[in-house]
Amino acid sequence: MISARLSSKCLLNDMIRAWAPALLIALVWLSGLAHAEVAVPPLRAHVTDLTNTLDTAQKQQLETRLAQFEAKKGAQIAVLLIPTTQPEAIEQYSIRVVDAWKLGRKGIDDGVLLLIAKDDRTLRIEVGYGLEGVLPDASAKRIIAETIAPHFKRGNYYAGIATGIEQLLAVIEGESLPPPRERSAISGSVKNLESLLFIAFMLAMGVGGVLRKFFGRLPAAIIIGFVTAMLAWLIVAPILIAGVVGVIAFMFTLVGGGRGFIGGGGFGQGGFGGGGFGGGGGGFGGGGASGRW
Amino acid sequence: MRVWQLLLTVLSVLALSGCGYNTLQSTDEQIKASWAEVLNQYQRRADLVPNLVSTVKGFAAQEQTVLLGVTNARAKVGSVQITPELINNEQAFAKFQAAQGELTSALSRLLVVSENYPQLKSDANFRDLQAQLEGTENRITVARNRYIKTVQDYNITVRSFPSNLTAMMFGFKVKPSFTVENEKEISRPPTVDFSAPEQQMPAK
Repeated sequence: MISARLSSKCLLNDMIRAWAPALLIALVWLSGLAHAEVAVPPLRAHVTDLTNTLDTAQKQQLETRLAQFEAKKGAQIAVLLIPTTQPEAIEQYSIRVVDAWKLGRKGIDDGVLLLIAKDDRTLRIEVGYGLEGVLPDASAKRIIAETIAPHFKRGNYYAGIATGIEQLLAVIEGESLPPPRERSAISGSVKNLESLLFIAFMLAMGVGGVLRKFFGRLPAAIIIGFVTAMLAWLIVAPILIAGVVGVIAFMFTLVGGGRGFIGGGGFGQGGFGGGGFGGGGGGFGGGGASGRW
Repeated sequence: MRVWQLLLTVLSVLALSGCGYNTLQSTDEQIKASWAEVLNQYQRRADLVPNLVSTVKGFAAQEQTVLLGVTNARAKVGSVQITPELINNEQAFAKFQAAQGELTSALSRLLVVSENYPQLKSDANFRDLQAQLEGTENRITVARNRYIKTVQDYNITVRSFPSNLTAMMFGFKVKPSFTVENEKEISRPPTVDFSAPEQQMPAK
């Protein structure tokens, strides 16, 4: 009886083992179907070249030029070279890239992406909301058709990108944008959140302890949670964040001093990488122009 | 004590999320905003039409039917009453969409016809207008996609369990979205189907 069950179990195991690779392949293939579109690469520098078209010196030159411009003017311009955007059209891929990268400053939306799909022989200039006025679709189209495409036709990729970028910069130079700010100022809201959590922690630890003695554990926790949430709401605003901070303070007081829950500090992880290069939060609405060569 | 703590945590979380009421409110506002953007971009396209028609007329006056088609479609788009309530009325929404679709196809016919006129094609004014039209069509696509996404979020909230009670209580109804199926069929080139299996190979 037992041996029969055992052998049947073994049989089942064998079957699973035999079918597992096929299943795995099928799963991978299915997931491949679902994500057939080209993934958006992470934003690490102004110039991202996935086709190895530019050599290091050329990339460095473009990088410094764009970084200088960003430091001086504030507008953020990025270049992305990829082999293909298939099966998507370049416009669809490009809007996904800028939605992920968020080039340009938040609220000013002064980002531009120059996207080149080398094997498709298509390119696109995607213009952020804030620059649509100074760089209308017609100008973008002209830069593509009259400056970049002729170079590309001759196989001169670097020259095309460099002159195209220079023209873009010259156009944007003419627009009066707010001056660039320090990078630390951009991540202000995250800093605020961190300091709020700290305040909540201190309140819960200090005042909470006293209150707990007077009112008992639960009422004290409610009072602390409520007061912290109100304070958070008054100081920085989004009611959701205030609520979260309040709940954390509530938990601190409820659970009491000694034990864990310091893990709540993990909230401080904002979208901005520490010191590295990243998008500023600019918005895009599909403005710009595409072309081929 | 433990049970009380747990219960309180759950209660406070529930109170914060407000049984989906706040989500309904904020997604409803988001829908309004993204709908306004859709209208804005359609308006931008409609504003381009007279200029485009007069430019094409200068070079290709004999293409009367196509030019008339664009003008008529433009007039029809203008006659559809655009109100914020449009998104709550399925019929009016369908009518609006049909009118805009007609203008889309009339404009694409115009662009196809213009290919036959080299002088028109090399005219700087026409090229600028064409670039603007392309850009606007792309903006419309983006705005529509964003609208579809916000409506999807909203409709999920309206229909899924705890929040559907709130929705029912406060009269939030499922909103219509753009139906792109038939348009997709028309515009999809058959080559996509052939290249699809090749695309799978690197995924493995």
